[in-house]
Amino acid sequence: MGGASRDPREKRPWTFYALAMLMGTFLVFLYGPMVVIYVLSFQGPDGGVTFPMVGTSTFWFAEILKPGQMANIPVSFGRSMLLACIVSVITVLVAVSAGLGFRRRFAGSGLLFYLAVASLVMPSLLVGFGIGLGFKLFGWQTDLFTSALAAQLTWTLPFGLFAMFAVFNRFNRTYEEAATDLGATAWQRLRWVTLPILMPGILGVAMGAFTLSYDEYARTTLVAGNRNTLPLEIYALISSSSSPTLFAIGTLTTAVSFLVIGMTLALILSLQHRRAARGRPA
Amino acid sequence: MSLAQNSDEAVTIAPRSRGRRRWRLSPQAVSWLQVSPLAIILTAFFALPTLVFLIVSFYDYDRAGIYPDFLLTNYEELLTTPATLRVYVSSLKFAFIVWGITLFLGFNIAYFLVFHVHSRTMRTILFLACAIPFWTSGIIRTIAWIPFLGRNGAFNQGLMAVHLTEQPLEFLLFSPFAVCVTYVHLFTLLMIGPIANSLAKIDPALLEAARDAGASRWRTMVDIVIPLSKTGIALGSILVFTQVMGDFFVVKAMSGGQSASIVSQLATEIQAMQYPPAAASAIILVLFVALMVGCMMRVVDVRKELVR
Repeated sequence: MGGASRDPREKRPWTFYALAMLMGTFLVFLYGPMVVIYVLSFQGPDGGVTFPMVGTSTFWFAEILKPGQMANIPVSFGRSMLLACIVSVITVLVAVSAGLGFRRRFAGSGLLFYLAVASLVMPSLLVGFGIGLGFKLFGWQTDLFTSALAAQLTWTLPFGLFAMFAVFNRFNRTYEEAATDLGATAWQRLRWVTLPILMPGILGVAMGAFTLSYDEYARTTLVAGNRNTLPLEIYALISSSSSPTLFAIGTLTTAVSFLVIGMTLALILSLQHRRAARGRPA
Repeated sequence: MSLAQNSDEAVTIAPRSRGRRRWRLSPQAVSWLQVSPLAIILTAFFALPTLVFLIVSFYDYDRAGIYPDFLLTNYEELLTTPATLRVYVSSLKFAFIVWGITLFLGFNIAYFLVFHVHSRTMRTILFLACAIPFWTSGIIRTIAWIPFLGRNGAFNQGLMAVHLTEQPLEFLLFSPFAVCVTYVHLFTLLMIGPIANSLAKIDPALLEAARDAGASRWRTMVDIVIPLSKTGIALGSILVFTQVMGDFFVVKAMSGGQSASIVSQLATEIQAMQYPPAAASAIILVLFVALMVGCMMRVVDVRKELVR
């Protein structure tokens, strides 16, 4: 472990080794099954959904793109990406703004806080059910970019808000005070001081909202209208198909998630790196 | 934080320099403006829909549609069916088992990350390793267990390869066991995150002082670390508990029809377009979850802890 060499005076207690073992086992438990499906998605054309591998191929990936029963997968992938981008942008704007607002106590702040908590812990399917019923009573047609978008926001917004609380907890107010003392207007202070300092956290919120939306199933299923998102398509496939294609889709969609996570982390790291190089506040 | 100081200062919204009219809003009004998008969205798409199914739960219905009414029969039927009790007991059993396991794992892993891993980089890497699967598809992570736990799955093949068992174990997949494993897999991070957050706020000097005063590691744990991390424990417990109670996918996919969940029963009613009984069932579930969460929130002031 990285820390061992730093502290040569002190011997590690036995609990360190026990907990390190637990951590290692947990990581195997976390990644093991996922690795199994990544491997199985490269199953040969004659292979099945379990080991042994009958050769290796990209046959099952090619199946996804073939016209036919899988035809909906690429289209729904596009929809999911678009929806996730919209959700991510709205979540960032609303959550950052609300995070700023929550820095002062205001009348009703407690109520709004508990509304957000309730929205987060509400059984997911019920959110979609409520919105779906509401649309029905008004005679509106449910759709991906109205009702499903709204249902996903009830999940990503509280998440974004709580993430912003964590970000603001670490925020040092003296930078803002200095900006005010130097004559900055509220807007200039926000644009040139507060937001740049918060940027890594904001990027984190954007990524979190994107991935939550991209993988969301339970809130969306009752209100997506007649255009399915990727998770809804995958769900429909689970019952109808038992070929490694399902694993190939799983591998691809996880790869997309990893790509988004990796790009965001790289962006955050490079921001922090640049900042450290310039000696600016982190 | 300088809360009091800040509330005295007036905040200008428009830039001063351009010679436009200067608006001065009270800090209170600025806050309202800033939180209003959140308040509007949550009211319109969370609070109102909840109100809608509260109202619909009293409606009458038949095969053709639903009719405004004020009936208690939906609740009566729900509360007198033995299936309701059965499914609540079964969900609570899962929630309790999963809560115990995730609490054990979550606390120990968070403790390891915060107090044993000294290198910041290493800690970040390990924490990300725990967190990254959470940002990938829950459906895929659930079905990933199928080729792993199945009769001819990787786990059984491994066991037989090292001659631990001669026959493949049958209970692994499509069983309550598989449901628990999947829940733990999906939700442990919800425990690790809040607990690690609480632990990170504990001043290490406190632990040193305890040790210097002669406290054993166990005493330090029971008298200092656990009390100071109870917010994280409560928060994690709330998240895990509500996720398990609100689940309908995992039970459906992994129990092989042996168990039902509250929400999967409700989903069946929705598919049959029996909205009023489904709404009544939803209200009972919401009340039940709210009651449990309310009890857990009594332990700690979550708001104070989060907002500061």
